[in-house]
Amino acid sequence: MIRVQAEPFDLGAELAGLTAGRTDIGGLASFVGLVREFAREPGGEPAVSAMTLEHYPGMTERQLAAIEAQAIERFQLQASLIIHRYGRMLPGEPIVLVAAAAAHRAPALDACAFLIDWLKTKAPFWKQEETAAGRRWVDAKPEDDTAAARWLPPAR
Amino acid sequence: MKILYFAWLRTKAGCAEEDVTPPAEVTTVAALMDWLAEQRPGFAEAMTAKGVIRAAVNQAYAEPTDPVRPGDEVAFFPPVTGG
Repeated sequence: MIRVQAEPFDLGAELAGLTAGRTDIGGLASFVGLVREFAREPGGEPAVSAMTLEHYPGMTERQLAAIEAQAIERFQLQASLIIHRYGRMLPGEPIVLVAAAAAHRAPALDACAFLIDWLKTKAPFWKQEETAAGRRWVDAKPEDDTAAARWLPPAR
Repeated sequence: MKILYFAWLRTKAGCAEEDVTPPAEVTTVAALMDWLAEQRPGFAEAMTAKGVIRAAVNQAYAEPTDPVRPGDEVAFFPPVTGG
């Protein structure tokens, strides 16, 4: 299941809902991404006071559904969930949740890493930070591409 | 044809969304980018970073050589930064 929403989510309630009534699931892994204030050291980057997430209604949902479908097939998941928020958020607030349930721990943990790595490079969301110095759009990081690339099939 | 802009590209383009009727010879994503850049100078500046800009046609990622047709929804945006 995927959800794109402005509202915060309750991690415990979401995970409980994912496994409610199920007795076949052996492992449930989850990852939550939070708004981080970043550096506070003198001379460092100004602290982030808020973050606004923009998305592409329609395409964002399609991409998340496609990413989830790949994870389900690749890791033989028994249940999965992606929630991604949009709009303005404050430091400490949750932005994204990915969760994966499988018979054993390895596919659940691997699927979780796959979901967040692929989501970060493929789902149409854009972050804008607010600091004392003003607003700025966050640049994509090369290491996110590297993280996603480890899930590609090895070159022959 | 419906054109959508996101993130800093929206600021550069000066609008989030517009309906355009490009000439018949504009049949690819790359040709559409060139034509749009001619229409508005602010956008041309952003388009010089062409390698950076991503495109989607009808809500699916598209390459510069992919076709565009009348009635398509075409979006331009910087690399994604969600998660």
